[in-house]
Amino acid sequence: MAQLNTVRPKPSFNIFDFLYKYGTILLIFVLIIVFAAANPAFLQTSNIITILRSISIVTIIAIGITISLSVGGFDLSVGSVASLANAVVISMFVWYSQPTLIAIGIAIAAALLVGAFNAFMIVKVKIPDLLMTLATMFIIQGVALTYTRGATVSQNMIMADGSYATGTISSFFAKLGQVPYIIIIMLFTVFIVHIFLTYTKHGRYLYVIGGNQEAARLSGIPVNKYKVIAYLLSAFFAALGGVILASRVMTAEINAGGPYLMDAVAAAFIGFAVLGAGKPNAFGTFVGAVLIGILANGLVMMSVPYYAMDIVKGTVLALALALTYYKLK
Amino acid sequence: MNLQMNNISIDFPGVKALNNAYFEAETGTAHALIGANGAGKSTLMKVLSGVYTHHSGQVYLDGKEVTIRSPRDAQKLGIEIVYQEVDTALVPNLTVGENIVLNELAANKEKSFFMNWKSVNSKATEILSSLHVHLSSHTLVSELTLAEKQMVLIARAVTTDCKFLILDEPTAPLSLSETKELFRIVQELKQKDVGVIFISHRLPELFEICDYITVMRNGAYVIKEAIADTTTKRVVDHMLGEPLEEQFPVRQAQLGEVMFRTKGLSDGGKVKDVTLDVREGEIIGVAGLVGAGKTELCKLLFGATPKKTGEMMLKGKSLTLSNPTDAVVSGIAFVPEERRKEGVLVEETVVTNLSASSMNHFLKFFSFLDFKKERAKAEEMINALGVKTPSTETLVKNLSGGNQQKIAIGKWLISDADLYIFDEPTKGVDVGAKKDIFNLIAGLADRGKSVIYASCELSEVIGITDRVYVIYDGQISKELATTTTNEEELLYLSTGGD
Repeated sequence: MAQLNTVRPKPSFNIFDFLYKYGTILLIFVLIIVFAAANPAFLQTSNIITILRSISIVTIIAIGITISLSVGGFDLSVGSVASLANAVVISMFVWYSQPTLIAIGIAIAAALLVGAFNAFMIVKVKIPDLLMTLATMFIIQGVALTYTRGATVSQNMIMADGSYATGTISSFFAKLGQVPYIIIIMLFTVFIVHIFLTYTKHGRYLYVIGGNQEAARLSGIPVNKYKVIAYLLSAFFAALGGVILASRVMTAEINAGGPYLMDAVAAAFIGFAVLGAGKPNAFGTFVGAVLIGILANGLVMMSVPYYAMDIVKGTVLALALALTYYKLK
Repeated sequence: MNLQMNNISIDFPGVKALNNAYFEAETGTAHALIGANGAGKSTLMKVLSGVYTHHSGQVYLDGKEVTIRSPRDAQKLGIEIVYQEVDTALVPNLTVGENIVLNELAANKEKSFFMNWKSVNSKATEILSSLHVHLSSHTLVSELTLAEKQMVLIARAVTTDCKFLILDEPTAPLSLSETKELFRIVQELKQKDVGVIFISHRLPELFEICDYITVMRNGAYVIKEAIADTTTKRVVDHMLGEPLEEQFPVRQAQLGEVMFRTKGLSDGGKVKDVTLDVREGEIIGVAGLVGAGKTELCKLLFGATPKKTGEMMLKGKSLTLSNPTDAVVSGIAFVPEERRKEGVLVEETVVTNLSASSMNHFLKFFSFLDFKKERAKAEEMINALGVKTPSTETLVKNLSGGNQQKIAIGKWLISDADLYIFDEPTKGVDVGAKKDIFNLIAGLADRGKSVIYASCELSEVIGITDRVYVIYDGQISKELATTTTNEEELLYLSTGGD
């Protein structure tokens, strides 16, 4: 029996494998060509920067999801956590006149609490991750709403006692959400997490746990510790996304982070297949976000109404999932 | 009614599981089917119950040849089987009553849209009381004990016109009183003219409950005898037959200090009051049959399941393990029985598997991995272990069982532990790889490591170990120097003899 397995796999060309590995990148080029043909303005530098800016927040949040996926988990609460971080950071400026670093620090601390709650319920109470983070998603959505009393938080807003809010948002903070900083932060995040997942012991452990939790445990890997770390990191990047969002819009709208969930999930799943990685990875997630960003931008240019955009994005997610799970078969 | 199976042969990739096997039984009697691991008992019964259909040979009922091509065919002929894993056959969130009449519900003979609850419950209650089982048909199956679940399955089997009921290792998970209750039901079934076919490793209980015994060996029939005319000794002799030639390394054990010892160790479940010790350079065997508690003991020693009572000492120091990570840090390595589920990461590459337990050996600075060093070490291991793999980047799922096992062992050789625990290391491994594995284990002992070798392959235990603990029903029933014992005695002790 042992001899059978020394036969090397045939180096034959398989069209499905080829499409699986390079399909996403090919699709991006095809889309660029199509959109550029339809409207030459698509290729202008200003539009390319617009696309990169538009995907920055999605990418950062999707990076968090990528980490939770790497341990075989899933974090649905990232959108709500981004909303919460957005609300907290703006309120720290507007309501409490805090300095920038303190405001950001408190927003991220609040998110890490949510991550710790998720981790506890999933690791210790053993609730399936999808269900638990679904519950957390609603809880945190409600917490963010209650905290802002269901109103939009902005500079000079009218407070409950009829006076005007006196706090201001620092000019340093306002820069974070502008070009080029927003794009730099995104690229830096992708780079750091890519290094972390691919080149460090911790990244290796996360993937090994995602591959087979019991085998990882019996290899002496502290599985629970790494799952906790994964959910904390997921919450951290969701919060980072929320803070950048706050800087971009300079207000805290109701449930502002919610819509980012679907795009981020789609980006992470598209990322599975990029260059044949076959597992969640930071670079692939970035490519996934680029694909979605180009699609959205190009379709808007071609006058597809914004309210139809979810149809397109949902379909892209379904296709990415189909590719991933068909491959696993 | 008379059941006869003639010339049954069946092949699995690389193995001839049954070789012209023969079996015969009568209704109204209890019939034991026994043989060492891999003798083909379960396979033969799966042929009879329609699970395996690619066999050759004939099955006769009352002299008339029948064809069994599916479990449904078997049921129509009145042949039912109750597997050891009772949970796979029950629906936990339905009631006892619903589970008992499940087959009829699925067949939906009445073609009605609504459930007739009255008839479901009255029918189930009737069957339960005819077996004198005191269970309410309204209880949820999820609330039952394992023994009660077995009763439900037996009750289900006899809802239809059951002629032969196969019980595959029914007593392995049961307590003594539960076993007594099961035996009472077997007696009831005999009264109802059902033929019970009883597969078990526990010889004493077969002598208590059965009328006839058939012994199998290497996929073939050996002998059928009336229980009254035979003895456990004779049965064990038939089971063993001629000893198989195995290639074990010749070694001279150089024993050092006591490396590891346990006192009164229990896990609150299967493992009870285990006291053992192992010296430097020593290989001890934990010999026991399937279900005796070997795996549970190994996992307990590795910290994979929490300990309830007792103590462990490693190198003279008290040892507390709250998880496997603690065990690895303390210098304990464990190669589990369920290789593909627990031993290796099938979806990962060879190199990732080999370094998984010793990541800290392969760091450049901080936590950054040194891929070069990792690959070099993996290649060194592949050569040293003779792993047949195209490259270090091959996914482990593409390797054969024997090579996967070498990987599972190899990862612990890199991490360099003091105590190695092996649970059925040769399961599903071809002969050549087996020999390599024995050499590896002997090599560990020669380097002064301590080895615990748990296996139901008693000939291997005899061949490789210096000292043997026999485990029966979760307890150490005997400690023996390997040179003073033989396979026959171990089998006798493993089946509950003393």
